[in-house]
Amino acid sequence: MDISLLAQFTVNGLMLGMMYALVAVGFTLFFGVLDIIVFSHGDVVMVGAFAALTGHYWLTGIYPDMSMWVELFFISCISIITVAAFGMIMAKTMILRLRSASPLNTLLATMMLGTVLREAVRLFFPGGSNPKPFPVLLPDISASFGDFTLRFDSVILFVLGALLIVSLHLLITKTKLGMAIRAVAQDEETARLMGVNFTLIVLITFAIGSAVAAFAGVMNGLYYNEINFGMGLLLGAIGFSAAIIGGLGNIYGAILGGFLFAGLQTLGAVAMPFASAYKDVFAFGVVILIMAWKPTGLIAEKTSERV
Amino acid sequence: MSTNTTNSLSGVLCSFAFAGVITALMTAIFIVESQLLIAGVLLGTIGAIVISSKFGVTSIILKSLGENENLSNALAVLVTLALIVIFYDDHYVLFILCTILLYSVTVLGLNIQLGYAGLINFSGAAFFGVGGYTAAVLSQYHSIPPILTLVIGGIIAAIVGSILLLPILRTSGHYSALVTLAFALLFKVFLDVNDSLGGAQGVDVGSFTLFGWDFGNDITIGSYDVSFYVPYVLASLVMLCVVFFFVRRIERSWIGLCLDSVRIDEVSSSCFGINIVRWKIVAFTIGNFVAGLSGALYASILGYISPANFSFGDSLMFLSILLLGGIGNLWGTIIATAIVVVLPEKFQVIQEYRLFIYSTLVLLMIVYRPVGLLPRKTRTYRPGESS
Repeated sequence: MDISLLAQFTVNGLMLGMMYALVAVGFTLFFGVLDIIVFSHGDVVMVGAFAALTGHYWLTGIYPDMSMWVELFFISCISIITVAAFGMIMAKTMILRLRSASPLNTLLATMMLGTVLREAVRLFFPGGSNPKPFPVLLPDISASFGDFTLRFDSVILFVLGALLIVSLHLLITKTKLGMAIRAVAQDEETARLMGVNFTLIVLITFAIGSAVAAFAGVMNGLYYNEINFGMGLLLGAIGFSAAIIGGLGNIYGAILGGFLFAGLQTLGAVAMPFASAYKDVFAFGVVILIMAWKPTGLIAEKTSERV
Repeated sequence: MSTNTTNSLSGVLCSFAFAGVITALMTAIFIVESQLLIAGVLLGTIGAIVISSKFGVTSIILKSLGENENLSNALAVLVTLALIVIFYDDHYVLFILCTILLYSVTVLGLNIQLGYAGLINFSGAAFFGVGGYTAAVLSQYHSIPPILTLVIGGIIAAIVGSILLLPILRTSGHYSALVTLAFALLFKVFLDVNDSLGGAQGVDVGSFTLFGWDFGNDITIGSYDVSFYVPYVLASLVMLCVVFFFVRRIERSWIGLCLDSVRIDEVSSSCFGINIVRWKIVAFTIGNFVAGLSGALYASILGYISPANFSFGDSLMFLSILLLGGIGNLWGTIIATAIVVVLPEKFQVIQEYRLFIYSTLVLLMIVYRPVGLLPRKTRTYRPGESS
């Protein structure tokens, strides 16, 4: 194996892993506070990308010669704010009602919610049924080391993603809000007794998770330069898999799971050059094997089975 | 089965009348072409249901159907036969009938898994597809009789499903959902990239031949040209009857009791000496077998299958049908299948918005009426006993 090719695969894998980790963090956050899998999260990522695209159309309509960086900042803000608000509305109107339902019903309901989002974008976004080109907002510079090309935009995206994850970690572990979120995740009733406003904390958690998803959507668009209405389904499934193999309710597990899944996909493509199309088959196959080996994820949930 | 003690004449008449009404309704829905009229028929039906339940007619009908169970089952078969006779030369209607019957079979299979044993299976369409692709491969060998093709399709689906047994038995809850979900995605991607099974373009499935008679040709009886779908509909009907009978027997037997107990409380069931692992394996395998069985027949009817027929969305549709009908209720399942299949086919206006409307409806259903249209009743241990 050529060393430059290996470096190329590693960089691509890390990029993918960052995206998956950002999605998986949302799954695990929501599961933490409500014990519910919100499967529509992948489609929220897609909505984030489309919100950014709408912002791009709108801004370039008003100020045609805006600088790249300013526009990137503004469309990210537009996307994050709208999607965070959307996440709160979704939690208030839909998810909180599902708390008493059985796990299957909630999973199915949120899958249906994802379908609704997907179809809504396909039907009601102008030309939404076709893939949309995403604006190029990062400088197209790259450094070459032999056969290995390091794209400057990937580096920026990766650093931004890492910063987001670190700040999320600080928010959860160091602030009072984070403490409230952790308290609700640990025990809802005791948290209420300690004066934590349960509904508010849940809504804020959904806003945070959805904002992270929106960023992942913008990142996805910038990286591939193309978005389409159906991209959320696979992203959601991968994020869910990542959150599960890492161990639900654990942010580090979700990050680990995200990078692990990307690693598996890359490994599948590298190890089987004759059949790189099978990389997803390989990755999902290994996920099933991991579930057989570690039934509660790699970093297991700390729960006691009450009989 | 021995419920004939209260077999009153009025109950029998009531059941017959109801069957007549259903036949007329289905015929009307299939015949009417104008979208406005269809909307009218649908609104009329909903209105009739609302009004009749207001005046207690619904409960009378349900009671008389429930009292004479053998009669009701026979009437359901009669209604289907009547529809076949009415539409003997209409390919389209007969194909929709086939779809309803075979989807019902698949959902009955899922019902054993989820409704009785409580195993979530997000890859119903994948096992349906395993059956279909088995039929496609086997149809290249003309010497294999059709009935054997179907059974082999089911067996292969059960074998493929047994790969998932270990992770499913070890995991629970959301973790277990991931296993079948990952399998559903894996299966679709595998079919898309696999060249020997036709790849994303799909593969042709040869039609059935029985004693030198090709199922793919139209039949002429006397001066009537009968659609080639008629034998297929009859075959589907037979399959549904057999599977329905089989599932009903499972439900009413000690096996059903064991499965129910495993679903409701694993810990107490194992305290009573019920082998949880064994019953989960039994339920999962039977369910996949049934899905593969119906998939094999469906593929032969379609004559051509592609990975798009067996996507994750289809698995979701099967589960939603189960949920809409009321988990564990066999009749609810069949009615829900009919609604989910027929509505978008006939209501062309909503064709484009089909998935949108349908997923919104299921979503609202789960939020506001999580038990489904016809929830399963609590077991009655003696006929006529109210629980």
